[in-house]
Amino acid sequence: MSLFTPTSEAEVAQLVADLALTGKPVTIQGGATRAGFGRPIQTGATISTKAISGITLHEPAELVIAARGGTTVAEIEAVLAAKNQMLPFEPMDHRALFGTSGEPTIGGVVAGNHSGPRRIQAGACRDSLIGVRLVNGRGEAIKSGGRVMKNVTGLDLAKLVTGSWGTLGLLTEVTFKVLPRPERSLTLLIKNLDDARAAAALSAALGSPFEPTAAAHLPAGLSRPVARTILRLEGFSVSLEYRIAQLRALLAGFGEIIVLEGEDSSGLWRGIRDVEFLAAPEDAAIWRISTAPTRAPGMVAGIAAAVPGARWFYDWGGGLVWLAVPPGGDAGATTVRAAVATAGGHATLVRGPREVRARIDVFQPLGALAAVTGGIKTSFDPGRIFEPGRMYAGM
Amino acid sequence: MSAIAFPAPDLSIIRRRPEILAGLAALVPAEALITAEDELRPYESDALTAFRKMPLAVVLPSTTEEVAAVLKFCSQAGVPVVPRGAGTSLVGGSTPQEDAVVIGVAKMSRILNIDYANRTARVQAGVTNLAITGAVQADGFFYAPDPSSQLACSIGGNIAMNSGGAHCLKYGVTTNNILGLKLVLLNGDVVEIGGDHLDMPGFDMLGLLIGSEGQLGIVTEATVRILRAAEGARPVLFGFPKPELAGEAVAAIIGAGIIPVAMEYMDKMAIAICEDFAKAGYPMDAEALLIIEVEGSEQEMDDQLVRIIEIAKRHGVTTVRESKSAMETAAIWKGRKSAFGATGKIADYICMDGTIPTGQLPYVLKRIDELVTHYGLRVANVFHAGDGNLHPLVLYDISDPVERQKAEDCGLDILRLCVEVGGCLTGEHGVGVEKRDLMTVQFNKADLDQQMRVRAVFDPAWLLNPAKVFPLEGRVAA
Repeated sequence: MSLFTPTSEAEVAQLVADLALTGKPVTIQGGATRAGFGRPIQTGATISTKAISGITLHEPAELVIAARGGTTVAEIEAVLAAKNQMLPFEPMDHRALFGTSGEPTIGGVVAGNHSGPRRIQAGACRDSLIGVRLVNGRGEAIKSGGRVMKNVTGLDLAKLVTGSWGTLGLLTEVTFKVLPRPERSLTLLIKNLDDARAAAALSAALGSPFEPTAAAHLPAGLSRPVARTILRLEGFSVSLEYRIAQLRALLAGFGEIIVLEGEDSSGLWRGIRDVEFLAAPEDAAIWRISTAPTRAPGMVAGIAAAVPGARWFYDWGGGLVWLAVPPGGDAGATTVRAAVATAGGHATLVRGPREVRARIDVFQPLGALAAVTGGIKTSFDPGRIFEPGRMYAGM
Repeated sequence: MSAIAFPAPDLSIIRRRPEILAGLAALVPAEALITAEDELRPYESDALTAFRKMPLAVVLPSTTEEVAAVLKFCSQAGVPVVPRGAGTSLVGGSTPQEDAVVIGVAKMSRILNIDYANRTARVQAGVTNLAITGAVQADGFFYAPDPSSQLACSIGGNIAMNSGGAHCLKYGVTTNNILGLKLVLLNGDVVEIGGDHLDMPGFDMLGLLIGSEGQLGIVTEATVRILRAAEGARPVLFGFPKPELAGEAVAAIIGAGIIPVAMEYMDKMAIAICEDFAKAGYPMDAEALLIIEVEGSEQEMDDQLVRIIEIAKRHGVTTVRESKSAMETAAIWKGRKSAFGATGKIADYICMDGTIPTGQLPYVLKRIDELVTHYGLRVANVFHAGDGNLHPLVLYDISDPVERQKAEDCGLDILRLCVEVGGCLTGEHGVGVEKRDLMTVQFNKADLDQQMRVRAVFDPAWLLNPAKVFPLEGRVAA
């Protein structure tokens, strides 16, 4: 097993060109905090992005930041925080779920399109990403997008590579639009709703003009005995007081609203973002399902009836389901896939035993898009050297 | 735009016209197939009227199945296809060619489903942008991207070009507001991409398709996000004695943590043209005008405006005028959204669409002024100030070939300038024919080759909208 630590994009390009000549498959490693994600694969070589690091541009007045792929998320967030700014999409940190200890990198965030609770209001990682530089499987350094917010010049390859898990190339630089940090952030909490009532409450709030920036539901028994339905409001203080009053009136039929602030509020959303509530027991298999919010409770009820011991919670206004199931058998795959086929949407086995991930579809099966997906992989990486099989068998 | 070449028409295709028309006639009802010269005339150009080409035929299908049948037929017959929405492209995105069949989606204009609880709507590709908002606004909802042509332009065309608008500073552009597409591939296969949930699995084909300018397939349906509208919205006019003061005010507003829903800039000539057209009460004595819109409850808007006005005062604002009624608001936006049309009433113009880093605004405005003066022309500047998307309108006389050439050269120089300062050729109109030959200014060979290899996955023979986006030289098939 060889480990390469190139220090520049040019070195990455040369290295990949050499590997491509010998057809030697390679794994890309950022902070290794998500090492257990995807289908298990064996490659003879690893490229670490550790030495391709550093912020290359931050123009606070233009709301833009760029950094090399191996830059830690922590460094980027610290630099933004110093100017009272933030990444809009609240990237998820997988360390709690995987029990890992490295530092997540921004390249890894883009590779997985990792977005947190604010996704419903500010968009996903792919929506904030305005430019990339990457080295494709031919060893060519290419760019897509740039550093300006509105750009429709040519095909949007930046979005295409977001969430492709390194299978299309190694990200050497990424550029984001950023947002000002809100002056104040707080949480509205309603207790004791069942899943269906919670979904209705979240839909009512998100369909109101009062713009929650996050909306989640934690069923009873998930770290607390009572169910918690929560909404986050962010903005200028005067505005929030008004919105609290309006939402109290709008949601009066769902129960009393309690206001949480400070760590009581931010800690809750961090726990949701990072799926801390389902991290233990550490051998539980974890599924991530995106569907339409109103269909989620029925889908989950069907899965729960078929898989004893299932636990779950909802983010993204009810449309994102995090589901923990016992790791035995196929880790619930057959049931989950059937339920998602009925409800619409997609499911990913985020955490599960290696041998299970080796024999089931970890990512949502491609169906009619398989041929086009394979063609795109080949167009970037004809020798299939980047992360072969990480997402889909044979690709 | 005499300088921009079209591929020479394939005479073997033109010779086969009777047989191609017969083939098409077998696939769609008679009224969906246009072949007579006088009926083809309206389709010979889009809103970039400098280019006119008569297509072989125009097909206006009513169903996805008809689109699929026609595409399959054309691909098997080796006939180029030019997809068309409402034909409002400013860059020649749907300019036909003599050896091509135009497939227009205008007849597919139904709203199929509205789902308020999940905040989505399923629509056919020929629905106009404004019709989506029209269908949901009685219930307090809207579809966010709002190109100035929204009364006429289709959602299919918006998807092809990844259209923006004045309000995307807060709400994003088309690609941020689409959850699912029904796409007909060149071979006639119909695939669903995404759905009515957030984020699609696998590679982000939504991101790839949106803005692909009709070169990867034809979209026949889309699932769009609809949003609940704010309780109120209020545009405010800010007149400044100098352009750079307006630019600095924009930076200071963003720096203060305020993201207004829209921040639009007009220079003195644009103010005069638009005021004459819309009677919106724009300050005629100002050198630069910002239209800044805030939204929320009355109290929230008041609160935001206090902050914004304070910043504007620090930057020497001379006029501040708030809209006091729905009629005034409509007039203010009518003036801005009619900027192109109103300009067209006083002169011919070329509309550029580059984006620049907002910090470069004072420098770029000065350089544009110098360039225009150098060519002996006039310019009206309107743009989306918050995101740096410029729309310099270079005025000229189309009947004077020398002046026309100067205007084209001037426009291209302005776009080169945008790239030079770190921006791009097009922020929301697309590349089309107009900017095709400038792609090498922004991208190197490796960048373009990778885009063309991805394109080739969908269309290796270059049949879909082939004269557009990529320079004719150096094309890659796979």
